Amino acid sequence: MKKFEKKLWLGLFIMALLSPLGIILPEKFNAEDAWGEWGLDALEKLLGYVPEGLKKTADIWIAPIPDYNFGGDGALMPAKILSYIVSGIIGIILTSVIMLIIFKILFKNEK
Amino acid sequence: MHIPDGYLSPQTYIPFYAVSVAFLGIAVKKIKKELSAKQVPYLAMAAAFSFLIQMFNIPIPGGTTGHAVGAGIIALLLGPWTAVVAVSVVLIIQAFVFGDGGITAIGANCFNMAVVMPFVAFWTFNVMKGPSQRGPRFIAAAFLSGYVGLTAAALSTAFMFGIQPIIASGPDGRPLYAPYPLSIAIPVMALEHLLLFSIVEGVVTVMLMRYFLKHESTLVYSMREVSCEKI
Repeated sequence: MKKFEKKLWLGLFIMALLSPLGIILPEKFNAEDAWGEWGLDALEKLLGYVPEGLKKTADIWIAPIPDYNFGGDGALMPAKILSYIVSGIIGIILTSVIMLIIFKILFKNEK
Repeated sequence: MHIPDGYLSPQTYIPFYAVSVAFLGIAVKKIKKELSAKQVPYLAMAAAFSFLIQMFNIPIPGGTTGHAVGAGIIALLLGPWTAVVAVSVVLIIQAFVFGDGGITAIGANCFNMAVVMPFVAFWTFNVMKGPSQRGPRFIAAAFLSGYVGLTAAALSTAFMFGIQPIIASGPDGRPLYAPYPLSIAIPVMALEHLLLFSIVEGVVTVMLMRYFLKHESTLVYSMREVSCEKI
């Protein structure tokens, strides 16, 4: 691996370590969900009802690591921070392995 | 900007699945023509970078959060078609593994963040930088490419949200899916991006562009285009 490439991978790893800023800062500044990404409870509070069609499809998929958090809704901040870093590393591995597979196949006939 | 399950009607999310799959198909063909096996590690890093930068949620104090996507800088460094594939891969993993963005909305989310954003960013950069190869105009063009690119993605998302009450409402007149009309969705999404999130995207774009120009300028796709045109 070229030295420059190694440096970039290291940079990505450092980003994963710093990623908990992305949950600590919103908590500090009392900022909630992104606009348009409310859960059913938050919608009920906002509107006083949950749209019928929305309710039916909202939980169509149960993600293995919902919200980058292994500990569930009740998890404390330190656990959430650890989950977030681990999620970042899982993200690096999954995205890059899938990209490598796609493009290794695509450039198979090249040297 | 990740539309969750339930917010879009099937009339919206099904067509966008088709559009995004079509773009992915074209992207794979274009990449095969334009890039080489040597660049594969960078393609992998591009996707990892987009995944990570999206984890940095930026708060609006007392309000909502948002984040950069990285699709602009990927388009400038590796070409818009590479960004289509890299960011789509990220969005698919986010949806399936982390529940960030809906399974039904993958096509729509890919359209906004992996199609609209990289192409708008790429065009903005090329138009704004003109003949400049560095200097203030070049840096301004890099900033604007991220800034305009993310804002365009936000507007496209807001449009999808905003048309839902028009498309489908129940017998009681209440909307069936995303509840807010265009007159709310567009201004809210536009403002929060114009005032904060897109600025962050612009700054990230400039920082990375400068880094790559300094250390590995031969890699930069949008610069290579210029030299090709000159020949």
